[in-house]
Formats: sequence, structure tokens, C-alpha cells
Amino acid sequence: MVSIDVWNASVDFPIFDAKTRSLKKAVLGKVGGKIGTEQKVPIIEALHDISLSLKEGDRVGLVGHNGAGKSTLLRLLAGIYEPTRGSSRIVGKIAPVFDLGVGMDPEISGIENIMIRGLFLGMTRKQMEKRVDDIAEFTELGDYLQMPLRTYSTGMRVRLALGVVTSIDPEILLLDEGIGAVDAAFLNKARSRMVDLVKRSGMLVFASHQDDLLFELCNTAIWMDEGQVKKHGSLREVLTAYKGKDPYEHLDKETLERLGESPVLTTKSGKI
Amino acid sequence: MPATSTAEQEQAATSSQKSSTRSWAKAWEDITQGFRQRELWGHLGWQDIKQRYRRSIIGPLWITLSMAITAVGLGLLYSQLFGATIGTFLPYITVGFIVWNFMLGCLTEGTETFIRNEGLIKHLPAPLTVYALRTVWRLTLMFAHNLLVYFVVVTIFWSDLTTAGYTITEGEHAIAQPGISWAILYAIPAFVLLAINGGWVAILFGIISTRYRDIPPVIQSLTQLMFFMTPIVWTTDILYRFGPDGEGSWRGLVANLNPLYHYIEILRAPLIGSVQSWVHWVVVGAFTVVGWGLALVAMRNYRARISYWV
Repeated sequence: MVSIDVWNASVDFPIFDAKTRSLKKAVLGKVGGKIGTEQKVPIIEALHDISLSLKEGDRVGLVGHNGAGKSTLLRLLAGIYEPTRGSSRIVGKIAPVFDLGVGMDPEISGIENIMIRGLFLGMTRKQMEKRVDDIAEFTELGDYLQMPLRTYSTGMRVRLALGVVTSIDPEILLLDEGIGAVDAAFLNKARSRMVDLVKRSGMLVFASHQDDLLFELCNTAIWMDEGQVKKHGSLREVLTAYKGKDPYEHLDKETLERLGESPVLTTKSGKI
Repeated sequence: MPATSTAEQEQAATSSQKSSTRSWAKAWEDITQGFRQRELWGHLGWQDIKQRYRRSIIGPLWITLSMAITAVGLGLLYSQLFGATIGTFLPYITVGFIVWNFMLGCLTEGTETFIRNEGLIKHLPAPLTVYALRTVWRLTLMFAHNLLVYFVVVTIFWSDLTTAGYTITEGEHAIAQPGISWAILYAIPAFVLLAINGGWVAILFGIISTRYRDIPPVIQSLTQLMFFMTPIVWTTDILYRFGPDGEGSWRGLVANLNPLYHYIEILRAPLIGSVQSWVHWVVVGAFTVVGWGLALVAMRNYRARISYWV
């Protein structure tokens, strides 16, 4: 049984190299978390008092401004950051796709990177060797996989990372916004595989600014604001609150039918 | 929001205020899980070696070659300075240098264990022990490359080293060595013990250095001194050459109070067939226990902080 539970969790980053003096005044800007200055070392409260309970089958979209804490929350859910206050419990095999520049070695070939990522995700070398062909085919990178990763464009890196996670069967899939960098053709191809994967994998948490991707992959959403959960509910509700208008309004009929949504948000009056 | 029963919430909140991240169980789990992911750190360690010599023609053999050049150069020079025969002194220096390189690597690269893996730590959840093992494994592979030099040197000076009663330096105070015999097999447990020590050094110094970034340069600046303080290019014979004879001489303390000497000696003595002493094993054993104890404490208290600190 796959689940993630977080109780009153906070994530505070100590900033060792920031000069305390220059941060004497507590800054509370619109972008970024709160900066606390009570301690000797200034801290940034990236997440504050988060309580969540995600279960199998949940497909959660994360929305919010830059610096609202989406990526940090994803890392909290991945178990990379353990809460500084509060607690968390993660049950299930996690496959994260975060910042695509980091966590991959630019000097080694695509194949080697596939291998290392697979090993990190708990696969064995043999299991990965079996999947390499499949990944090569899916990513359409072909012979390029023999090239060092530094020669790849951002989109090609996204393809590679998506190829790896979609080839294994993760129970919890955590995606950061970077995956929007692929071209439309690949996205269409990836979409069906992603939807399929999301159905198989127990849980998805996906941070994105792209509504169309959220529509396809998620059914609920969390709106993050200043390191706190501002709203947690159905995707449509949260997006409507976040954007200030119903994002489904201007979608055509077919798309709506495919997504299984009614053209009008039940709590709002409006037309197609 | 999916509702959680308040009772469960409260219980969880109280039971895990501090204990959730700082527990022996989690530290232990990290270490055992880390060891279990053998394929991962094995692969990463190899990758590091291949990476370093990518696009060079002889590749990792550069490790072997540079060790050979250093050992021969130092051996020739110091054997003349100390009036020693090359046949025994060159192997002595070679082995001392190979072992020293491994230990030095554990110390200096150990301090950078987590700092250098910042990207991976922040992006992929994995036990921290994996990175410590990656460091130790990489150094083990380098040690294996250097061992080639040892085999060549021993083959060349085989007759000098197998003569019972040979001395490394000349002079009346030189200690007579038994020569290479079956006791060379002690080298295997000795290296295992060194590698085990490499583990705690990488974890403990890695954690401290991640928090206090002044530690790596401090250690870096001390390594030169440590190298010359430790009997590597000179032998303990010299300590007894001047002044009063015997073990009680204060000069002998220069070596005996230096833990690195004991670390070197457990592996060097069997490899060149010199006198072995249980004293070295006891000292290294004690350091191993204390070191791992400290490493475990550091893991328990600061394991969860590493991803915040890198």
C-alpha cells in the first residue's frame, strides 16, 4: 500500500554563508520563503506547518508562484529533506524527476546516465540493461545515447529522464516542472505513456505551470503559497482559485469530454 | 484535504518530534541499505576512475605509472641520502607510498564525500552511506592499480626481500627483517581493516566537512606535515641510530605515537616481509572501534541534516 503522510512538517534551510547583519530586518517578500533571523545562522522557512495525507491512486498537481515551495515540497515527499519540525512517513518506491541539469553527469554518455539513474531508482544493472533498448526507442535518441550528456539539449535530457522513469514501475512518481521543455510531438507521445504510467503507479505528484499537462495527469491539486498549503482540493477548484478564473472555460468540447469534465464548473455560472 | 483522524495525527506528532529523524534505527538502516546497494556504489566508483582518465590514451594506467615514477624517484634519492641499499629501500618506499596514498585519499576525498555529491543528494533519495562507499571503493580501485607497481618491484628485488635477516637501511641499529614468507597473507586482512577504517573516515569527516567548510583545507594543509612525520620515506631504524639504544628511546615515540604509522605498518610489514607486531593491529583495531562509534553518532544526529547542508 502506497502512502505519504506528513504531519505539521516544516523545512528550514540554514544559510551559512549569508551575513547575518545584512539580513537583520526580517524580510517577508512575495517571492521565496520567510527568512528568519532569530538564530545565529539565518534560516529560510521554505515550508511551514505542512500536513498532508496522500493515498494510492492520488494524482496531485502542485501549483503556486516561483519560490512558493513546490520543489521543496516534492523533495520533502521524496524523503530527500526530512522535516526539521514535525514528521513524515513515506511508504513506497519513489521515482523523482527533478531539476534535469543536476543529478546527471554531463561528461558521461546517455546510456551510462540511464544506468546510474536506474540504479538509483532501485533497479539492478541487469534489469536496466534489458530496458535500454526500450528507452532508446521511446526517447528517439538512438545513437545519440552514446554521446556525452553535455551535448544534449534540455529537451533531450527531459526525454532521457522520462524514458528512465517511465520504463520502470515506480510506485510514487514525483515530477518537477522541467518536463515542459520537450517539444509538442514528443509530449503527445509521452502523454499516453505518462497517463498509462500514472494509472499503474500508485501516486503522482506533479509541479507544473502548464495547465494542459495538469489536466491530463492530475485529478486533485495543491496550491502552495509562501511555504504553506493554501488550498487542497479537486484540480478544477484549485486552479480556478489560483488563476482567478476557470481554466476549463475556453477548452473545446472534445477535450472536455476526454477529460471527463463538464463545460461549466458547478459552483460557477458560465458558458463554453 | 483527505482527513486524518486527529488521534493519529496527535500521536504521530508527539512521538516523532525529534526522534523521527535522529534515531539509531535510521542511522543503522542507512548504513545497511547503503551496503546493500552494492551495484550502485560499485558502478559510481568505477565511473569516477573512468571519468578521470576519459579521453586519455592509457587511461587508468596513469595511476599506476605516476605511482611508479614517484616510487622510483623517491627510492633512488632517499636510499642514497640514508645510505641504504636500493634493493630493500626501494620496495620499502614503494609500499609505504602506495599505502599512504590510500589512507590520504580516504582522508582528503573523505572530507569531500558529501560536498561533491551535492547534486545527487539533492535530487535522488539514496542512503548517504552509498556516497561514502563510492569514495572508499574508488580509492580501493586506485590501490589495486598501484599494486601493479608493487608486484613489479617485488619481482625485481625478489632475492633482496626474501633473504632472512635483511635490513632496510645499513648500520648497526638497523632492525633485521625476516624476509617475505607466508606471513604476506596478513596483508589481506590488513587491507580489509584499512578499507573499513576508510568507511568511518569518509562518513565522519564527510559530515563534519559538509557543515564546516574549513575542515577540508585544514586537513589539506596538514597532509604534507603528516607525510613527513610518518615513516614512509625514512625508516624507524633512523630513530634508534643516534642516542641511547632500545625501545625506550624518546625518539621511538615519534613513530609510535603517530597512529598513521600503525596503519601503514599493518599492511607494509607483510608486503615487504619485515617484522610484524601485534601492537600495530591493536592500535588500528582500537581506532576502528572508536572511529565507527563516532561515525555512528554523527550519522544518528546529522544524517538528516546533510541534504540541508550541502
